[in-house]
Amino acid sequence: MNIQNEMKLSFSAKSVNESFVRTAISGFLMYLDPTISELTEIKTALSEAVTNCILHGYGREDGTVYIEAKVTDKNKVIIKIRDKGCGIKSVEEAMEPLFTTGGQEQAGLGFTVMQNFMDKVSVRSKEGKGTVVTMEKSIVRRGKNEKP
Amino acid sequence: MLSLERSGDRLVAYISGELDHHKCAIIRKKIDTVIQQERPNILELDYSQVQFMDSSGIGLVMGRYKQMTMMGGKLIVTNIPSHLLGIFRLSGLGSLGVLR
Repeated sequence: MNIQNEMKLSFSAKSVNESFVRTAISGFLMYLDPTISELTEIKTALSEAVTNCILHGYGREDGTVYIEAKVTDKNKVIIKIRDKGCGIKSVEEAMEPLFTTGGQEQAGLGFTVMQNFMDKVSVRSKEGKGTVVTMEKSIVRRGKNEKP
Repeated sequence: MLSLERSGDRLVAYISGELDHHKCAIIRKKIDTVIQQERPNILELDYSQVQFMDSSGIGLVMGRYKQMTMMGGKLIVTNIPSHLLGIFRLSGLGSLGVLR
């Protein structure tokens, strides 16, 4: 697997930055000429992961969210979303549909959306240390993709 | 981002733009203040102008559904654009009978 292109981004764990990070990933992936649906799915999955960092990882604490995105020579997009927040007690439980610690305004669908919209999702977490979510999705080649 | 219109016993909330956890918190407060004051029988969430949403947009529906049910009223979601059908399908909200 050869990495063709990559970017790193870190920003304050503030909800106002959720739209910024979606715009940033769209801009980064634009040269791959993704379909609207591919791009929407990636943006939605990323939005879920970043919301988790802000809302659950850090909660009321200040913190930083770290994003690392890579594109392989096979047009596979790999995105890592990392926080140094409270971590997840049970990853299995957190990944169950409708599970939430966030009260009635949270749908409990974050991981379900990530798993449905991406090809692969993995979660590593340690209580008190933080969480890393890694997501992958292949973008279909359409012949006119630019080389980075 | 949000405009509210009263017509008879119905309050229509026209939601527009990108619906994430940040925006939903703002929209939720505005809608809840007005439904407490006006007590409509039906709250309609019009999603036709929503360009993007994550599961926060589902949470917004679920929370308002509970509010309206507690008040003895009804919630409906209308004009869901095709690019949002995937996430609505995942949500299982269809089984509540609120999607039009």
